[in-house]
Amino acid sequence: MDFYTISSNLLYTAFVIYLVATFFFGATIRAKGSAQRTSRAGTIGIVLTTIGFLAQTGYFITRWIASGHAPVSNLFEFTTFFGMMLVFAFIIIYFIYRLNILGLFALPVALIVIGYASMFPRELSPLIPALKTHWLYIHVTTAALGEAILAVSFAAGLIYLIKKVDQSSFNVKTFSLEFVLYMIFATLGFILVTTTFNAMDYQVTFEYEKEGELLTSEYHLPAIVAPYDSEMVTEDRFSPLFEAPSWMEGQEAGRKFNTFIWSLMAGLALHLLMLLILRKRVAKAIQPLLSRVNLDLVDEIIYRSVAIGFPVFTLGALIFAAIWAQVAWNRFWGWDPKEVWALITWFFYAAFLHLRLSRGWHGEKSAWLAVIGFAIIMFNLIAVNLVLFGLHSYA
Amino acid sequence: MNKIKCECGHINPEGTVLCEACGKPVEKNQHIDGNDKGKLLNMRYDGSARRSQTYNKTVIDKVWNFFSSVKVGVWLIVLALIASAVGTIFPQEMYIPPTVEPAQYYRDEYGIFGQLYYQLGFHNLYGSWWYILLIALIGVSLVICSIDRVVPLHRALKNQRPKRHEVFIKRQRLFGQTERVSNTDMEAVKENLKKKNYKIYEDHGHILAEKNRFSRWGPYVNHIGLIIILIGAIVRFFPFMYVDTYVWVREGETVVIPETEQQYYIENKDFILELYDPNDERFSEAIQQEGGMVPKNFQTNAVVYQVKGDTVPGSEPELEKIKEGEIRVNEPLKFNGFALYQSDYQLNEFKSMSFKLHPKNNAEDVIGAFTFDMTDPKQEYLLENGYRIVVDQYFPDLEIDNGEPKSKSNYPRNPAFIFFVYGPDIEDREVSFLTIGANINPGNQNQYKLSLAGVEMRDVTGLAVKKDRTLPIFAVGAIIFMIGVVQGMYWQHRRIWIHPKDDGVWIAGHTNKNWYGLKRDFESILDRTSINPPEDQQELS
Amino acid sequence: MNADRKKKRFVFRAIVLFVLIAAVIVTLVSSFMEDNPVVKAGDMAPNFVLKQVNGDQTFELHKLRGKGVMLNFWATYCDPCKEEMPYMEQLYPEYKEKGIEILAVSLDTTELVVKNFIDDYDLTFPVVHDKRGDVMDLYKIGPIPTTYFINPEGEVVRVVKGPLTLNRLEAYFQEILPGQN
Repeated sequence: MDFYTISSNLLYTAFVIYLVATFFFGATIRAKGSAQRTSRAGTIGIVLTTIGFLAQTGYFITRWIASGHAPVSNLFEFTTFFGMMLVFAFIIIYFIYRLNILGLFALPVALIVIGYASMFPRELSPLIPALKTHWLYIHVTTAALGEAILAVSFAAGLIYLIKKVDQSSFNVKTFSLEFVLYMIFATLGFILVTTTFNAMDYQVTFEYEKEGELLTSEYHLPAIVAPYDSEMVTEDRFSPLFEAPSWMEGQEAGRKFNTFIWSLMAGLALHLLMLLILRKRVAKAIQPLLSRVNLDLVDEIIYRSVAIGFPVFTLGALIFAAIWAQVAWNRFWGWDPKEVWALITWFFYAAFLHLRLSRGWHGEKSAWLAVIGFAIIMFNLIAVNLVLFGLHSYA
Repeated sequence: MNKIKCECGHINPEGTVLCEACGKPVEKNQHIDGNDKGKLLNMRYDGSARRSQTYNKTVIDKVWNFFSSVKVGVWLIVLALIASAVGTIFPQEMYIPPTVEPAQYYRDEYGIFGQLYYQLGFHNLYGSWWYILLIALIGVSLVICSIDRVVPLHRALKNQRPKRHEVFIKRQRLFGQTERVSNTDMEAVKENLKKKNYKIYEDHGHILAEKNRFSRWGPYVNHIGLIIILIGAIVRFFPFMYVDTYVWVREGETVVIPETEQQYYIENKDFILELYDPNDERFSEAIQQEGGMVPKNFQTNAVVYQVKGDTVPGSEPELEKIKEGEIRVNEPLKFNGFALYQSDYQLNEFKSMSFKLHPKNNAEDVIGAFTFDMTDPKQEYLLENGYRIVVDQYFPDLEIDNGEPKSKSNYPRNPAFIFFVYGPDIEDREVSFLTIGANINPGNQNQYKLSLAGVEMRDVTGLAVKKDRTLPIFAVGAIIFMIGVVQGMYWQHRRIWIHPKDDGVWIAGHTNKNWYGLKRDFESILDRTSINPPEDQQELS
Repeated sequence: MNADRKKKRFVFRAIVLFVLIAAVIVTLVSSFMEDNPVVKAGDMAPNFVLKQVNGDQTFELHKLRGKGVMLNFWATYCDPCKEEMPYMEQLYPEYKEKGIEILAVSLDTTELVVKNFIDDYDLTFPVVHDKRGDVMDLYKIGPIPTTYFINPEGEVVRVVKGPLTLNRLEAYFQEILPGQN
């Protein structure tokens, strides 16, 4: 067996272990206050999580050996690493607060992230000259860790909101919360749709012209939306309903936009199915399970994970990024969209930390902010490459 | 303007919310921190007198107070956040192709919104006066907020006494009462506090245990770091601190490096472009997806020269080699404060072209040959046997404009020639018009033909020239900022008060973050004593 | 005592605000200044030496003191430059008499194309060749043509970007005629 195969197997292993650990954390839901801390299921859960994390570390190392460079250089590798850091951040916060319920929310987020990652091309890719520097590893790993710790505040914020938001009526709050859950369903939808059509080996090709060059775009999902000003060259396929707008700048924007629409639709289908089964809003259905959760503690975890994550994020996503940019492109700051969004994230959490100084922003408002912060991070990780153009097109 | 004398005897400055010494709420100032009778005390800045909250007489005071508000600061941050986001909707001007007219580009590419975007000046948002002003105002807010808070907070923490007012103790978030406490228990608690690294201050049985006070200064330290970074950004606008320009050098050429006052020249000895081997087993799949061409290395072998002595620009300078090296992406070449970065290249410009003259119908019977060197072209080339070529016109970069040939640039990218051929058996002359891939023979009566016999190509390297004396400022700012945030975020200022009450004690605790940690501290400190652990009086849920 | 403290506080705040506002203004102003210090009207024209293409002379700018100088940066591949060349040629004999020198600095890479151009256009005023581009860098020339009108004292009187018409050219010559004051 070569290192590449070993590494792929280790990643599968880690994924499955995380999944099992999630169920053990789920089993702690009935335990009361202090009993929760010492719950047996919780202990098994965290042990499994740690083993899973070690397995994923094994994946990381073996893949590094196989390719000769740290596996953080394309979208699959980076996103997988982000998932791994999420687990790591959860383990840290767990050992500070020993809150089992956090595992029930943080691990699924990590699972979805890793699942999402594996939808992208997984083969080893060579490094282009701009990426050939240790600052690549230093910047990307630290930034991912910072974002992962900040993401734990999202998991905690979700717990807070599901328990706290009054579900007796349908209003802006309950809708927003349900919408947050819908985004998770949409990600699941993406994974589902991609896997299904990949298994069917579905393929349709488009041709279009850009800056005088004839380019092709290969879809692996049925085309709802075609690339801007393109022509379908594969026969016997659904013809697309419309074309992507011209302002979508990214590489293969049409294909990505098509995937995006598919994900939203699949997510909607999943969500509606859940609503049908539960016969109430999903958040409302989860709410009773969280009856024993101590909201004060959850609020503190929201704040604490931002407090811990913020310096790491600053170091990785701004300072190390600036050093690398200085070395590679001779300007430490260039107003590239990805850079700007890192700055926006930084502004956002800086505002969050300042708002915590005033009383009215603890609790529910903090929880909403944690959710918005995570949305900004995710936007930067995913959407910036879809609609905006820039230097970071690789990841 | 009256000082406030507390019943404990301490004299507080105007605007104090909680007495600096004993913590007793100052009756008339409770509105400042929104304290409500019977509810928990707001402990931010320890209830010290932020000056801004009090004096409000002159314009200076009013401006000062405006910027001293954290609320204003947060609003400025939010505005900067929104503005920054707007700037990413469409590419900024610096990222659009340099050859097109921006107004037209935005209209053509992004329609009506693009046009609006351009007209509002968002195409250059981060350099616009209002964005710079916004960031500058955040800087102003940083300075004033910090000055206004760090001084009183320092005063309050310096003046605090172990003996606190009962109201203060009672209205802390963590508060507990115990009816009866033995001396041995008290001693045990003190021991435990020391074990937990608390510093203990005692006054007639009243105990203040404190640790990590330095973390309270974290925010102010990181603000200093940010201010230094902003200063760096200001200094950057001055040209002597910061040079950013570009130079294209052809292989074999030596040119002046711009912005160096004609002091430095650079020679491009060789430009190298390496690709990944598509047969590399590890990467073959990925390389195939990229179309087989994945660059591995861009490199310029360069020599830097300095001008010796005083020369008037334009005259042949005397050059002295000062540095020779390889410039790669991520590996700039540095000399005397300047750095050269590999940033662009152009492959295959013509360096020279060789021609042979032969009878029109027989390419084998070569009469003569010559080489046209693009770097040093001659007007006339003499061949054997009395044949002679005169260069009538040379177009380095041919373009046909209304039927007229002309050159659109300096660079031999698409060279074309009009040659006159003279010879003993040629009446007058023969005219040949040669372009890449064509040999046009006006009149079509030539007996001789010029054919391309060979070419020599060369590459061009694009180097960014940088001088940045502001980098150390940014580095220092960033380091101080990091020290500040870590100091403020990874340590917490924890205080525990033990207040004797009759035969028992009241205990209270405060921390600026991580209450969970403080509660755990209490658990281990009160472990195996008769003192009751404090209750969390906050009611979030 | 109280009044004293109040005054101190006022002065302190005033100073801090003044410094901050000054910093903001400096930032705003300097962000709008031209990045590169270019040669502007009112500056002394920097000196250089270049060899003539259509003749054997070497021209050093400082040695032309006492004459008005029209310093024209151009290239053979630049269309607008070609437009103004005939006007310069037309006015040259008359104004040379009156004490004005034209110096056309070619930014082409090879002398051959310049020579061919001179032949085609029958130029008689001195054309010099900036082979290494250092005079171009000295004057920070962006788009061409760019023309400097330099008075007999060596001071730049006018900078014109873009091509000139015959009328404007003649009008600007009046500004640099020697012996005006």
